[in-house]
Amino acid sequence: MYHLSMENVEFAYGKNGILTLNNINIDIRNPQLISIIGPNGVGKSTLIHCMNKILEPTGGTVMVDESDVKNIKVKELAKKIGYVPYTSGDTFPLTVVDTILMGRNPHNKFRNNIKEDMAIVKEVLELMDIVPLALRPFNELSAGQHQRVMLARGLAQEPEILLLDEPTANLDIKHQLDVIRILKKLAVEKHIVVIMISHDLNLAAKYSDNVIMMAHGTVFAVGKPADVITKENIKEVYDVDSEVVMHGGRPLTILLDNEFTEEDAKLPEGASLEAKIFRKTGTAE
Amino acid sequence: MAELEISNVDDVEREYHSYISRKLLFIAVFVIACIVIIAISLSVNGLGLAPFEAFEYMIKHIFGTTYPYLSEEWYNDFILWESYVPRIAIAIICGCGLAICGVIMQGVLINPLADPYTTGVSDGASLGATVAIVTGFTYANVVGELGIVINAFIGAVVPAVIIIVLSTAIRMTPATTILVGVALSNVFGGLQTLVNYGADENALTEALRWGIGSFTQISWDSCVVPFIVTFAGGLLSFFLYKQLNLLSIGENSAKSLGLDVEKFKAFCLIVAAIMASALICYVGIIGFVGLLGPHLARMVLGGDNKYVLPASMLVGSFLLLLSDLISRVLIYPDELRVGLIMSVIGAPVFLYMIVRRKSSYGGVYRCSHPSEKTRQPQTKPRPCITPPRGERKCGSCCSRRRPCWDSSSPYSPARQVPFPLRTL
Repeated sequence: MYHLSMENVEFAYGKNGILTLNNINIDIRNPQLISIIGPNGVGKSTLIHCMNKILEPTGGTVMVDESDVKNIKVKELAKKIGYVPYTSGDTFPLTVVDTILMGRNPHNKFRNNIKEDMAIVKEVLELMDIVPLALRPFNELSAGQHQRVMLARGLAQEPEILLLDEPTANLDIKHQLDVIRILKKLAVEKHIVVIMISHDLNLAAKYSDNVIMMAHGTVFAVGKPADVITKENIKEVYDVDSEVVMHGGRPLTILLDNEFTEEDAKLPEGASLEAKIFRKTGTAE
Repeated sequence: MAELEISNVDDVEREYHSYISRKLLFIAVFVIACIVIIAISLSVNGLGLAPFEAFEYMIKHIFGTTYPYLSEEWYNDFILWESYVPRIAIAIICGCGLAICGVIMQGVLINPLADPYTTGVSDGASLGATVAIVTGFTYANVVGELGIVINAFIGAVVPAVIIIVLSTAIRMTPATTILVGVALSNVFGGLQTLVNYGADENALTEALRWGIGSFTQISWDSCVVPFIVTFAGGLLSFFLYKQLNLLSIGENSAKSLGLDVEKFKAFCLIVAAIMASALICYVGIIGFVGLLGPHLARMVLGGDNKYVLPASMLVGSFLLLLSDLISRVLIYPDELRVGLIMSVIGAPVFLYMIVRRKSSYGGVYRCSHPSEKTRQPQTKPRPCITPPRGERKCGSCCSRRRPCWDSSSPYSPARQVPFPLRTL
C-alpha cells in the first residue's frame, strides 16, 4: 500500500519527439505531502500524467502497489490515484454537485449509490468552503471557485494517492493557505500520498514533507525542503538570484533582482490612477 | 427557475432533489406538448376530424378496435392509420434518433456544434444517394429505392469511419475533429456537385428533393429499420450517460476518473453514425434537430446527460412534429418538405439560443458570495433583485448584474458614501 515507484521512465511527445522526461527514478512510500517544483516546460505535468496512465511512458515502468500501471485497468487505477488538473472542461453546464459526484465514478458500477455519495459530497463541499455554490453551474464559476470544485471532486474520489497540477494557481492568498492546509491534513489524518506541482517555493517549502526539483526533464534534486530549496539550486534550475533564509525551520525564499535598479522603478512621467473608494463602514478615511 | 441560496450543507441534498424534480417536470411538460401536437397534426387530414377525435381513432386502433368494413369509421381509421400515423411515427423516431446522435456526438467530441451535419455524415449520405439517383450505380447492385437507401447508408458511414480512424491514430483534439468533419462535408459536397454535373433534369430534381428531407413517401414499412436502430441506440445511450458526463470535463479528467477514453469515443461515434445514417437514408437530410434538441434541453436542464438524453429526444420529436405540421398546413392541400421548414425554423432559433446562452445557459440557482456568508449573519434568505437592463454584472459572486447586497447590509451601495477622487 502507498507505494508508487518510477524506474527509468522516459517520455516523448510524438514518435521522434524530444524526450520530455528522461531517466526518471522515483520511489514514494507512505502518506506525505510532496511538492514537484521546477521551471515551466521541464516535464512536471508530464510526470504526473505518466503516474496515472493519462500518458503512457515511452520507456521504463511505473509501479503502483507493486503492480505495473500498464496492467491495471483505468477504473481500478482511478480508485487508487486521483487527479486534479490545472483546468477542467466546462463545455456543458453541470452543477457543482454533479461535477463532484463524478469523483465517485470509480467506486460505482452502473448505478450511483446516491445516499453514500451525497454524504461524501456534503463533506467535501464543507471542507472546500463551497456549500453556497452547490447547485451553481460549474461553467459560471470564477477561476478560484473552479479550482476548489475540482479539488473537491478529487477528494470525493477517495484515492490513496492524489496528484494535483498547480492546485493553488488561481486562488487568492487566503484560499491558497486553506487549500494547502487541507492537503497537508489529508496526508496526515487521512493517510493519502499527496503529490502536487507548485510554482510557489515558499508554500512548497513550508508545508511539504519532501520536494522534487525538476530540470530539463529529469529529477534535479529530491529530499527535505531545506535540502532542496537552496539559493544554489534555485540559481542553477531557474537562473534566478535569491536569498534563502530559515523561518520556523523551513526555507523562505526571497527573490532578488539585482538588475532592476531604483532608476527602473521610477514612476513614468504623468502616470496616475484615480478611483472612487468605498469602505465597508461607509466612513471617509 | 426559482433562485435559491444554499447556506447550510444539510440543505444541499434536499435542494438537489428538488432540482432533479424540476427537470422531471420539464420532461413531463414536453411529453404533454408532444401529445398535443400529435393530436393537432392528426386533425390536418382532409377528413374533417377534430384533434381529439383523430387522436381517439389512433389510440383505439392501437388497442385493437375494429370497425365494420367500408363504414365511415373504418374509412377514417384506415386513412389515418395508413397515411398520417406513419408520418407522425417517423417524425418521432427521427426526432429522437437525431437528437440522440447530437447528444452523443457533442458529448464525445466535447463540442456543442457536433452533430451528423458538422461531422460530414449527412453529406456522405447525400453523396451516396445522389450517385444512386443520377448514375444508377449502387454499391450493393440493388436498383430503385432500396439502392438509394443502401448507397446513402454507406456514404454516411464513410466519414464516421474516417473520423474514428484519424482521431485514434493522431490523437485529434475535439476542435480538430469538427474541422475534419467540416472538411469532409466540403469534399462530399464538391463530389455531389460533380456527380450532378451533366445529369438529366429529372434525376437532378430527384437528387435535389432527396437532399431536403421529407416524410411524404413514408409508410409503415419504411419506419421499421429507423425504429429498430433508434430504439436500440436510445436504449444503449441510457447506459452511456455517465461516461458522456465524464467526458464533458475533459479527456484527461475522464481518464483519471476511470474511463477508457479512446475505446469509448470510437464506440460512441460508430453508434451515432449508424443511427444517423439509418435515419437519413430513409427521410433525407433534415438539419438542426441534432443541434437544437440537445441545446434546448441543456438550456433548461443543465448538462447532466441522464436528463438531457430523454429531454432532447422529446424536444427533437416536438420540433419535427411541428415542422411536419407546418409543412402540411402552409400551402394546404399541397405540402412543403419538412427539411426545408426545419431549416427555416432551426437556424434563427439556434442563433437566438447562441445570443441568449451567455447569460442563462444551464443556470438554475444563484448564490450568495461565499466569503460574505461568513461576514454577514443572516436570518432569512435575501431577496434576489433582478437588475435593470444594461446594468453591469456582479462577477464576483454570481451572474447577477448587481452585487447581491441586502439593502440593510453595511456593504449596500445605498449606505456607502463615495469618496472624492484621489490621485494615487
